[in-house]
Amino acid sequence: MTLLRIEELDVRHGFLSAVSGVTLDIAEGETVAIVGANGAGKTTLLRAIAGAHRPAAGRVLFDGKDITAVAAHRRVGMGIALVPEGRRLFGGLTLEENLLVAGRRRDGPWDVESVVEAFPLLGRRRKTRAVNLSGGEQQAAAIGRALMTNPRLLMLDEVSLGLAPAMVDAVYRSLRTLIEGGATIVLVEQDLTRALSVAGRVVCMLEGEVVIDAPAEQTTRAQVVDAYFGLRRTA
Amino acid sequence: MIWVNQVVQGVLLGGYYALLACGLSLMFGVMRIINLAHGALAVLGAFLVFVLAKHGLSPWVALVVVLPVMGVAGWALQRVILERSLRAGELTPLLATFGLLIVISNLLFEKFGADERSLFPYIGTLGYDSWTITKQITIAKLYALIFVVAVALLGTLQLFLRHTQLGRALRATAEDPDTAELVGVNSSAVYAAAAAIAVATAALAGAFLGMRSSFNAYSGSDQLIFAFEAVVIGGIGSLWGTLAGGIVLGVAQNIGAQLNPQWFLLAGHVVFLAALALRLVLTGVGVRGGFRALVGEHA
Repeated sequence: MTLLRIEELDVRHGFLSAVSGVTLDIAEGETVAIVGANGAGKTTLLRAIAGAHRPAAGRVLFDGKDITAVAAHRRVGMGIALVPEGRRLFGGLTLEENLLVAGRRRDGPWDVESVVEAFPLLGRRRKTRAVNLSGGEQQAAAIGRALMTNPRLLMLDEVSLGLAPAMVDAVYRSLRTLIEGGATIVLVEQDLTRALSVAGRVVCMLEGEVVIDAPAEQTTRAQVVDAYFGLRRTA
Repeated sequence: MIWVNQVVQGVLLGGYYALLACGLSLMFGVMRIINLAHGALAVLGAFLVFVLAKHGLSPWVALVVVLPVMGVAGWALQRVILERSLRAGELTPLLATFGLLIVISNLLFEKFGADERSLFPYIGTLGYDSWTITKQITIAKLYALIFVVAVALLGTLQLFLRHTQLGRALRATAEDPDTAELVGVNSSAVYAAAAAIAVATAALAGAFLGMRSSFNAYSGSDQLIFAFEAVVIGGIGSLWGTLAGGIVLGVAQNIGAQLNPQWFLLAGHVVFLAALALRLVLTGVGVRGGFRALVGEHA
């Protein structure tokens, strides 16, 4: 069943077209990796789905409803959550407060206790202000904060950026648990190997457009790399 | 002993300044709006209480009516005027609230004329009751009450910000409105709530101004300056800092007045400028980075 449908989406930053003519269907329970070079429009696409950017044209449908004009905070209530690039925790709030501020948006299994259980490294840091958390703890907290909204669609933007490899492993381990639990996940990832290892489907973007959209097992690294840099484009 | 008395009186006055300033600080902290109409809104609150008192209502009962009304006014102010002006850039809200200050002051002048008003006649003996501590130190019961109310209100606000869902949403929105939206916080509702609290506390401060002294249609600007000075001395973003700022301002004014009866305001302004200069030096940004230093880490 289609959970998210994006139709001919155009998103602009002023005169700059960041996303153009993107059409994408994401089914319930799917894990989709969006890859592409810097500036390919991945972050903008996620932010447009979350409602942080209004598209210039096109539609976003969630669970069959047109949500193109719905404000970001109301989309959270419908079950869309984004873990933003750079984590963006509220630094002056404690870890627990960061989780609580996102809580009670929807009914579901996630609350402070279950988040701390899923990310054991957070357990002892509940009363610590978010600015004083390590990078890995902050990333776990940012994912936990998104989970607190009990999302039906969880989008993660560059979760491994700036983390030590051991930390990235830990974050991906918890992601795998989520995926096995049937969550619908869209993740933007620079690390191709990791993206291909968790995702069922790969979408590659180039200059705001989708150039590959295929199941992960049918996609080779070489194909993605070609598309990533646009090597075959104007041949 | 006379100096001890001036310090005591200054601390009590500082409570009033903190009460006046906390809404200004809250609005700046949450939506980055310097509300130039804050003092005028306080005076508007005082006039509303005055009108009800003239009709025979006790000022305390009048406050029960006026505070919610002013809260709703603050909410509407944010929704109707400030929210729109915020979309037009940083300076537009400043102009909008400046315009509002002029409109409120002149409407009050139109309605009530230039007379000085006071709530003093309506609060019975509370206006002049006092405790005599020593020969030279007497504490006016009204001043003590205002101080206690101010501390209680700041404490309640602090607890509210720490321990309620709306309080956490306010702090999150103050830090990063964009991300707050992404975790489901309705930032315009949060802004409106902050404005409601700010304007209601301003009205309470205005009523106390009316009880402890007098006010006229144009008193708002003076009160704005005191509030602004208390906020800057105490540092924005901390309610207890605002209380400290108010107390420093009140003590400075009283000590100044003891040195020379004409130095009451002057001493306050000097301490304000000194605090400002100190902050510029401490943050090491120099005069050109002045505004950023003035408003602290938030900007």
